[in-house]
Amino acid sequence: MTATLTHSVWDTEERRELRALVRRFTEREIVPSLPEWEDAGAMPRELHRRAGELGLLALGFPEGAGGEGGHLDSAIATEELILAGGSSGVVAGLFTHGIAAPHIALHGSPELVDRFVRPTLRGELIGSLGITEPGTGSDVAAVTTRAVRDGDDYVVTGAKTFITSGTRADFVTTAVRTGGPGHRGISLLVIETARPGVHRTALRKMGWHCSDTATISLDEVRVPASNLVGAEGSGFRQIMERFGSERLSLAVQAAATAQRCVDLTIAWARQRETFGAPLATRQVVRHRIAQMARRATVARVYVRDVFLRWEAGDDVVTELAMAKNQAVEACDWVVDQAVQLHGGAGYLHGVEVERHYRDARILGIGGGTNEIMDEVIASRLGLDG
Amino acid sequence: MVTFTEEHTAFRKSVRAFVEREIDPYVDAWERDGRMPTHELFGKLGALGWLGLEYDEAYGGQGADHRFAVVLAEEIGRCDAAGVGMAIAVQTDMATPSLHRFGSEDLKARYLAPAIRGEMVAAIAVTEPDAGSDVAGLRTRATRDGDDWVIDGAKLYITNGVQADWLCLLARTSDEGGARGMSQIVVPTDTPGLRVSRKLDKLGNRCSDTAELAFDGVRVPVANTIGTIGRGFQQQMAQFQNERMVACYGRVGACERALDRTRDYLKQRRAFGGTLMDNQYLAYQLAELYARVDLCRHYNYACAEAYERGEDTSRFATIAKLAIGRLCEDVARTCLQYHGGIGYMEETWTARFLRDMRITSIGGGADEVMLRVIATMHGM
Repeated sequence: MTATLTHSVWDTEERRELRALVRRFTEREIVPSLPEWEDAGAMPRELHRRAGELGLLALGFPEGAGGEGGHLDSAIATEELILAGGSSGVVAGLFTHGIAAPHIALHGSPELVDRFVRPTLRGELIGSLGITEPGTGSDVAAVTTRAVRDGDDYVVTGAKTFITSGTRADFVTTAVRTGGPGHRGISLLVIETARPGVHRTALRKMGWHCSDTATISLDEVRVPASNLVGAEGSGFRQIMERFGSERLSLAVQAAATAQRCVDLTIAWARQRETFGAPLATRQVVRHRIAQMARRATVARVYVRDVFLRWEAGDDVVTELAMAKNQAVEACDWVVDQAVQLHGGAGYLHGVEVERHYRDARILGIGGGTNEIMDEVIASRLGLDG
Repeated sequence: MVTFTEEHTAFRKSVRAFVEREIDPYVDAWERDGRMPTHELFGKLGALGWLGLEYDEAYGGQGADHRFAVVLAEEIGRCDAAGVGMAIAVQTDMATPSLHRFGSEDLKARYLAPAIRGEMVAAIAVTEPDAGSDVAGLRTRATRDGDDWVIDGAKLYITNGVQADWLCLLARTSDEGGARGMSQIVVPTDTPGLRVSRKLDKLGNRCSDTAELAFDGVRVPVANTIGTIGRGFQQQMAQFQNERMVACYGRVGACERALDRTRDYLKQRRAFGGTLMDNQYLAYQLAELYARVDLCRHYNYACAEAYERGEDTSRFATIAKLAIGRLCEDVARTCLQYHGGIGYMEETWTARFLRDMRITSIGGGADEVMLRVIATMHGM
């Protein structure tokens, strides 16, 4: 049902094959079990292994670290997984390595790459990214978790929260303070969750139920200094480098969720009869769905455009923020209208649009809230004086 | 302008204290279980006389003015889970008004009085799998057999339906079709042939049980008909006005409390070297929502005043529900959004609040049905 831009890089023969692969994988190995995972609050490790076997976890990672395929392929996998009946929650839980492992792949030692990145891309390990703390959300420079050097080790104490895949993770790429206050004192350290002093509790969320989320407390956890990713004090810069891809991924998820809800609503409107005729014959409903489709399409096209410019290396910090807000705004509106046009059925647990409604709500919060995006845009527009 | 006396103010205090003492401490457990102890709670409310504020004293009602009902709904609306208010509103303003207005003395003694005392839980059974806001499209059939009705069909999204002792059922009692030939019938839920075919799991209002009901040769006396045989649709349309009005009163209380809680959070949460409230944008967004809540509150009061004068309030109730449904969603989304990541966690009130508020634009007639009514009223 998705209109593809023909002759575009998004629609080469190889990428059509990738789409078909992801669609089959989603329809066969995700859709039938998704309700069960939603109830269980997590996805099985076996799914990671299966995705690893198919090469889906390697997308967007450099070949030198066990990866293959570019960021565009990774975006296509995300899009298609949602369009085929998956969800942004599945993307969050299954592709967590997309936020947890790139720093190691790009700046980590060969030993760290071998120990953490390669097995993760094979689906054998699960990684998380640990930045947010109870007292710091979007304000990353305020991280307070401390890593104090002691011989060849760091001793880490603090707490991280809203950690995606955190209850299952084997390792957490963690933002810690190794130096003084401000962004220059922050480093990235890989912390294995099996180490003494790591305690995890699961959080219950409004949506993304199949994707587990944890609060992780770190109580004098002893970690070898060789687990440091890149140089001491380079953590903030590394995190900022990756925010672009996280924002883009969330924008892709938002645009795809919007499109999926358009597809579901069209099917519903054609089949549901009220006042003696299908909903699809009502002008208000027809216009509403037309507007839903327009917003979903505009979001997708704009996100794709920014994606290509970002991959080409252009400075698109402003446009990334705009793309995320544009796609999230479209998604929020479309999922809301999808529930509305489904009526009472849209409010029922187990109906797909109801799940998307709960899932979509996080897209404008995670990876920098809508308001933070507007701050970024305003600042880049020269409003800082 | 509606005036509240000292008595109303004292009543408001009592209800607020009751909510804080008897409801809020327990709702987390009720939400988890997907049901609340409705009989137990209604027993307490009934003992206080709050389930029959406006009803005739002859049946155990208080004979109070409509403003007490406004106060009750506003204060119950402030409760930590909107499902509780919905269960109560079904009892007081959705399942019983027709019975009070049109029912026989015998029916009122057997079903209304125990509902007012909180001994019986009532539910309103109108919606069907293929007839949502399109009430005239319903198919559940009551066929006359001597002095009995024999009922066959199905009802969907029935609030209190799992725990109810009796239903105010709307069924087709003749072949006229459309809005004609329907009747309202009291159906005790222990009647053979009536069963809960499904307990429904919902996006929100989770502590309030919702049922799908199946009727298979359910036999009740024709004497259980409320009012006139064949006038059920018209009687139900009038009953819907009470439903919309009380829903709107409750939501104003809910929105105001949500904004207050969010304001308090923004004043204490620190980020980027200040409090969140230091951000002018956030303050103005909240200010605008406070303004919209105030407009809705006073629109509600105008509606209440018209109702007290005995005027037709269908236009008020329809417009209020449309406006408040949209306001609820804006308030709920903003409150969750301004709490950030913690706002998305189920441990924070904002997640449940958004899930609960979403039904406002669907239940009691979807926004689109409100617009259809308004369009018709304006000669379109």
